[in-house]
Amino acid sequence: MKIKVVVTLKNGVLDPQGKAIQQTLNGMGFPLVNEVRQGKYFEVDLSEKDEAKAKNKVEDMCKKLLANLVIENFEIL
Amino acid sequence: MKSAVIIFPGSNCDRDMDVALKKFGFKNQMVWHDDEKLPKSDLIVLPGGFSYGDYLRCGSIAGKSKIIKSVIDFAQKGGLVLGVCNGFQILTETGLLPGVLQQNKNIEFICKNVFIKVNNKKNIYFEKIDKDILELHIAHNEGNYFCTDDELKMLKDNNLIAVSYCNDKGEINEKSNPNGALQNIAGIFNKEKNILGMMPHPERMIDKYLSGEDGSIFFKNLINNFK
Repeated sequence: MKIKVVVTLKNGVLDPQGKAIQQTLNGMGFPLVNEVRQGKYFEVDLSEKDEAKAKNKVEDMCKKLLANLVIENFEIL
Repeated sequence: MKSAVIIFPGSNCDRDMDVALKKFGFKNQMVWHDDEKLPKSDLIVLPGGFSYGDYLRCGSIAGKSKIIKSVIDFAQKGGLVLGVCNGFQILTETGLLPGVLQQNKNIEFICKNVFIKVNNKKNIYFEKIDKDILELHIAHNEGNYFCTDDELKMLKDNNLIAVSYCNDKGEINEKSNPNGALQNIAGIFNKEKNILGMMPHPERMIDKYLSGEDGSIFFKNLINNFK
């Protein structure tokens, strides 16, 4: 089964790419954009039919590789 | 002094490091990332470059490679481990050093000479070094050091901020910070000070005709301290 994960920067961690995107959007005629935070999206396909077990495994993967917990949070969708 | 440089797919400073180490008397060997065992060494070097194309996060894939288990084991037994640039990023990803190297604040790849100040000489890397301010080269996109408040306190309390970006007079300020690194941090130690991670490349400054010689000072000092 496929498990989807979103990894985002923690609050307060500098996101220079997000900032550049925000400034570009402002310049393109979207002055209403206050902030953009960029993250990562993963689809992990596992040989596991039990959703709870699969999510458990993916959580372990997030902690060990997919996210760097010093600066990132992860959310299993 | 025996050394070994680990080559990852995408490393590009491995041979520069090999040349530098040999020039100052190290007996150096190259080790492939897919090997499991390290040769008998006094110093392991994780070189600069773009291991695994910087996929996922810089150093994250290299930090899980086969050879890394042996490097971690070697480091935890007190062996000397030096990580330069991508090597520093790998050391933080393995957890051997705290914190993380984020993208440069100005979203630019920075390639230039900088000055760094040696903050702590009570370690094998900088003991007896006769210059406090070294001019070295940096070349990175992710050199913006960041760590939690607790980690920063731990680094400061234990005097583990090895080198800081400064100007030619040794002043550490915002102007002399090339990449937005927290408190101008350019390199740090672990608590035991056998592991050093730093963004600047000493191996690029070993020839007075090509670049400069402050890298020579670093390597000469290290091998003399080991004798």
